[in-house]
Amino acid sequence: MSAVALQMVCVAGLLGLAALAIVLSRSKIATPVIYGATLAVSVIALAGALRSLLGGAADATTLTLPVGLPWLGAHFRLDALASFFLVVINLGGASASLYGLGYGHHDPAPHRVLPFFPAFLAGMNLVVLADDAFSYLLCWEFMSLASWALVMAHHRERGNAKAGYVYLVMASFGTLALLLAFGLLAGPAGDYGFAAIRAAQHTPYAATLVLILMLLGAGSKAGLVPLHVWLPLAHPAAPSHVSALMSGVMTKVAIYGFIRVMFDLLGQPTWPASVVVLFLGSITAVMGILYAMMEKDLKRLLAYSTIENIGIVFVSLGLAMAFQANGLKAAAALAFTAALFHALNHSFFKSLLFFGAGAVLTATGERDMDKLGGLIHRMPFTSFVVLVGCVAISALPPFNGFVSEWLIFQAVLQSPELPQWALKIMVPAVGAMLALAAALAAACFVKTYGVTFLGRPRGTAAEAAHEVDRFSLTAMFILAVLCLLAGILPGLAIDALAPVTTEILGSRMPAQASQPWLSIVPIAESRSSYNGLLVMVFITASASLAVYFIHRFASHALRRGPAWGCGFSDATPAAQYSGVSFAQPIRRVFGTLVFHARDHVTMPPPGDLRPARLRIELHDLVWSGMYAPIADAVGFLSTRLNRLQFLTIRRYLSLVFATLVTLLLVLAIWS
Amino acid sequence: MVVISDIIVQGVQMLLVLLLAPLLTGYVRKIKARLVRRQGASVFQPYRDLLRLLRKEVVLADNASWLFRVTPYITFAAIWVAAALVPTFATGLLFNWTADLIAIVALLGSARFFLALAGMDVGTSFGGIGSSREVMIAALAEPAMLLIVFCLALVAGSTQLSTVSHFLASSYVGLRVSLGMALVALFMVAIAENARIPVDNPATHLELTMVHEAMILEYSGRHLAMIELGAFLKLLLYVSLIACVFLPWQIALYGSGALSYTIGAGAYIVKLALAGFLLALFETATAKMRVFRVPQFLGAALMLGLLGTLLLFVSRSF
Repeated sequence: MSAVALQMVCVAGLLGLAALAIVLSRSKIATPVIYGATLAVSVIALAGALRSLLGGAADATTLTLPVGLPWLGAHFRLDALASFFLVVINLGGASASLYGLGYGHHDPAPHRVLPFFPAFLAGMNLVVLADDAFSYLLCWEFMSLASWALVMAHHRERGNAKAGYVYLVMASFGTLALLLAFGLLAGPAGDYGFAAIRAAQHTPYAATLVLILMLLGAGSKAGLVPLHVWLPLAHPAAPSHVSALMSGVMTKVAIYGFIRVMFDLLGQPTWPASVVVLFLGSITAVMGILYAMMEKDLKRLLAYSTIENIGIVFVSLGLAMAFQANGLKAAAALAFTAALFHALNHSFFKSLLFFGAGAVLTATGERDMDKLGGLIHRMPFTSFVVLVGCVAISALPPFNGFVSEWLIFQAVLQSPELPQWALKIMVPAVGAMLALAAALAAACFVKTYGVTFLGRPRGTAAEAAHEVDRFSLTAMFILAVLCLLAGILPGLAIDALAPVTTEILGSRMPAQASQPWLSIVPIAESRSSYNGLLVMVFITASASLAVYFIHRFASHALRRGPAWGCGFSDATPAAQYSGVSFAQPIRRVFGTLVFHARDHVTMPPPGDLRPARLRIELHDLVWSGMYAPIADAVGFLSTRLNRLQFLTIRRYLSLVFATLVTLLLVLAIWS
Repeated sequence: MVVISDIIVQGVQMLLVLLLAPLLTGYVRKIKARLVRRQGASVFQPYRDLLRLLRKEVVLADNASWLFRVTPYITFAAIWVAAALVPTFATGLLFNWTADLIAIVALLGSARFFLALAGMDVGTSFGGIGSSREVMIAALAEPAMLLIVFCLALVAGSTQLSTVSHFLASSYVGLRVSLGMALVALFMVAIAENARIPVDNPATHLELTMVHEAMILEYSGRHLAMIELGAFLKLLLYVSLIACVFLPWQIALYGSGALSYTIGAGAYIVKLALAGFLLALFETATAKMRVFRVPQFLGAALMLGLLGTLLLFVSRSF
């Protein structure tokens, strides 16, 4: 069986499971059966994708099914790029299924989740496999609808109906943009096969339009600012393991679409396109993490942080476009590898963190971190693996987030080679934006972890929390180990990505596995090198050395006592720093500019026993400046047009007649 | 054999920074005291403080978790490893190739990440205020630091400190405006990162001024000793960084024998003395600024870094 056929069989299996879930839906065994079977199928698909990525995927395999458009059929193809994204999708799918085995038991309405879960996975797999525009769009829409159904799983909860509505509007808008983009790519002859599109010549005019449409279509799915507004509504609304899939995996499918069109189908990228991508990417990175910093809902915060990471991936894709357009092959391969590596890393730690948020939700029923606290004492395992995820996403060595950001910085440092002035000046500024985003991410995850897991419990829910089940813990533990492995053995991951860069860009990073001590060396050792394994060994060794000497020679005495409160002891847990107060300095530095943030303090006069009140005013400028006017305009127009509904029959007839005459007139003048 | 001598030289360097770090802090304190006409404690006072702390019992808050107890060791280890990566008396040491300047910045970031978490662990408002201000300052200092790294990397063609140091020690670099800007910016970042005046005051526990000290308020005994030693090491690290990049004279090249290593070590101690004196002079001459003036201070560092980088594009000779 060819590699693509294996993947298609897996997809068929997932679709079969979706059907089975409808039949079983209300029985007790449905949850373990469906998640267990999805896990098995995902693992098979993952193994197949890994085999074709590692074992010479250069020879792509294709498959044509006699469905779809009558003269076209449905084409599917598995090449190195598709294999890589299949690895991301199925790894995410497998871990989410494993997590679901435990988490699914808490679901009040499993019949609303179970059928759509495998269908959603199947949709994502199919998008990556599709090899013609028609199947691509069909699968894209299938993926969107399946995920929409999952967003609406708990439709009675407050805010979820709005989330589903906004998601549906944005998804339809995105698909429309993609439809137009593929229409332009296929050209007047209208050959929708990817092979034909790849072979055709595209005018610069069409290429520019395709870029804009792809940024709208794939960008809205990935969450590029200013098309990100649906994401923090929809991703948290779904059950936590689905949130992990939507945030950690579906955004990668959007990135896949962008790469497939901009690098593969459109041919050679141009440098002005890279300026646009770099600009949008860096804005997205900084805005996303600032939004996250202001947020106190655990899952919304994670969704905003996804926006930041998407920005980082787009920045490095923009760098790859800039280098490729100027024929700087090695630098382009470096930037492109960094983008893929960061996408992979993000799927690890974002899934892990969403699982962690789900565990907190199971244990306490609470998503507002300002009502939590002290969970490290009650959920020791969860808090440990979530800590790993927080360190990894904050781009700190020796974990994986650091490696991919380090690679991006190395790519930024190649910018003096670029001939265009606009890029030369822009790229260092973009680098500074990335550094700002990374530092803010660390601040944001100190806040997230510190407020949720550390300190004293702020409510009864947090006090009564208990550790979650073993399936959930295993899933989180596996992802945490992957975060560490990708961080200390990055050379292996980079080498595994080499077939993809060779296929897309025609160049690759130097082989890393042959470097002594498994260092990674982007260009040359004298320029830069990093060895995650040794860094970890050194840190472990010096920490153990310190521990040994301290415990050998220093005092062992230890006394427990109340925390020191400067003579004002027994303060309530509410006096701790909360998420809102933790973010205050950053809100004051960045928020006044970006969100028009204001803190209003109402202080009663001395002697008055009323409590003081703090009110925080934040404005989402994107929403109020861009979406609210559009919504208002649509509302205005529809009220006006509503009158057409109540016309008399005579007026309808005259309207129809007038329209007919106008159309005929237009036609006459046109031709 | 080569590997063994490499390990010995590297070990000497790690021990050297560990032993010199408290001395540097004591020396700066002494100079500051003398500049304001006080007698001041002995330069060896930090060693005595450390030993005294090690002998004391640890008072742990009821609510402190395991994270609170392991953080001092993690922080210390991360800073020590970062300090071992900076060339002090010789370039091309064994660890130098393990990580570059960006990784050193990130290692210090890891140390701060855990300290900020530990500040929130006990659940008092003091820890929270310290942590939240510390991450705010870090969020501004890190981009500035990265731009300085870019600036250096563009001049020297590398982020590898050994290569940078080697290149800047060579005769054909000359004076450059960009490097001057990077030096000023690096100095400002070093002030902020080490919680020195005017950003923070390392000598006080008063609520209104505290950032770093508030964050570690709950620590005592051996834990506090590790954190203090980490802070001493961090100051030494930044001074060594400035020295190896901007004053790389007499630094020994890789494998150049015991004599030039000794000369390099002597030169290094002279550089430390000079830098410590300048730091004390600067700290005596300025006043602590309000917390919300810090963004302007660090914004200036960021702009200097960016200007230095852009100047390099305008002309090769800048």
